Amino acid sequence: MTSLDSLVDRIIGDDKHTPSSSSTLDVLRVLYERVLRIDPGRPDDPGRDRFLLSKGHGPAAYYAVLAAHGFIPEEWLDDVASATSRLGHHPDRIASGIEIASGSLGHGLGLGVGMALGLRGRSGSEPIVYVLLGDAELDEGSNHEAIAYAGATGLDRLVAVVIDNQSATHGWPGGIAARFAVNGWSTATVDGRDHEQLERALTRRESGRPHAVVAVVESKWSA
Amino acid sequence: MDQRSTFASTVSELLDAHPELAIVLADISVELFADDALRHPDRVINVGIREQLQVGVAGGLALTGRRPVIHTYAPFLVERAYEQIKLDLDHQQVGAILVGIGGSYDTAPQGRTHFSPADVALFDTLGEWTVRTPGHPAEVKRAIQEAVRADGRIYVRLEKRSNADPHEDYDVIRTGGSATVFAVGTSLDTVTEATRDLDVTLIYLNAPRPLDQVRLRSLTKTPEVVVVEPYLKGTSSAVFTEALRDAPRRFTFLGVGGRDLHLFGTPEDHDRAHGLDVAGTRRSIEAVLPAR
Repeated sequence: MTSLDSLVDRIIGDDKHTPSSSSTLDVLRVLYERVLRIDPGRPDDPGRDRFLLSKGHGPAAYYAVLAAHGFIPEEWLDDVASATSRLGHHPDRIASGIEIASGSLGHGLGLGVGMALGLRGRSGSEPIVYVLLGDAELDEGSNHEAIAYAGATGLDRLVAVVIDNQSATHGWPGGIAARFAVNGWSTATVDGRDHEQLERALTRRESGRPHAVVAVVESKWSA
Repeated sequence: MDQRSTFASTVSELLDAHPELAIVLADISVELFADDALRHPDRVINVGIREQLQVGVAGGLALTGRRPVIHTYAPFLVERAYEQIKLDLDHQQVGAILVGIGGSYDTAPQGRTHFSPADVALFDTLGEWTVRTPGHPAEVKRAIQEAVRADGRIYVRLEKRSNADPHEDYDVIRTGGSATVFAVGTSLDTVTEATRDLDVTLIYLNAPRPLDQVRLRSLTKTPEVVVVEPYLKGTSSAVFTEALRDAPRRFTFLGVGGRDLHLFGTPEDHDRAHGLDVAGTRRSIEAVLPAR
């Protein structure tokens, strides 16, 4: 596999990029390499797990992972956001492997709740819906509608992954996991750069409860 | 049965026959679907008083192949969750059926917070929405049945009040030579009464989006055109003027004014305030007719 870093460089230019500059890269790697049951040869398989990049911002790492796993051609990374590209500075469903168009904060978790409800009771394997959010994205009230409802109804096919780079302007006193736990979610807070920890946290779901993984990475302000 | 209960009973029947159909509620009208919730617990969903989530959930359901119906009061459905409609439905390229109740001011005693005269205008800011404005419970039944069979994005605008009899879209109620008057949805009975002895053609509409331009042109034989809509005044001005560019025309659009009147009272009080009662409607139409 082509090194992910070099694929990311291909998108944003190696002068602007350091290996640690993308807060989501390690979580995405672990999801695509170890967790998600998806097949680039069958991107529309109804039984596939769903991954929703809710925050939509800074999708270079996402596109690099999609290319590395064969969902999109690597060449697409060379002209991101051009008029002929299917990859923008925010993702759109017009590219294979991208489940939702996103970019406006606070939409992915609601869509993910709907997907988890829609996949309930179908025959075949039971897909899991993973939604990746940012800690600042949680400022949007729409997330809290989804957190409360998913917890109250025990939507255990739903996993929220919050990348915490401490970028929320007013912070989350008591920690991000507490916002989910109070509504009945199981939670895990782990080092967002540690692949073993991430894999364990992402796969440790409990029956009858949605699951939240808080992946803590370097502060946005520390660089 | 009124429009809302007809909507609920129609969805109830369809839930049994259409395994992909789901209804997403936000605490409003939940009692009308209580039996359905027992029969179809996976497809009758009440998210609580959370309209952003309500529309988001519908988008997610549609992305997994379900056909979602979303229902609550129009202002909360269309205005509060407008960005969810734009992004979680339109931008995801999925279909849904939105069913709003309350019309423009059915909830007159509740005041402005519960009014939604701009609903159809807001759908005009988005792409490819079908809008149905039934004027009678029988029209509601048909609109819902057709919406469930279709796969696009459809807004069904329900009101408390109805016309005495059901009609078809583009029904010609009477013919005359001085003007062509279009009455949309629940405005029909008032407009019929207001034009009782006037020399006008009166045509009924209950499926205003997309507007059938060819049919509109073929039925409009006068330069003078009046459009009466039970929602924001002028909502249809762009589509009517575009459709009727075939000849010189003069247009008059009647509807609900945009100003917040800070008025309670009854829907009939609001009709009067907006000039949409029989007397006001007649005054506005007579003003554009040749003197008798």
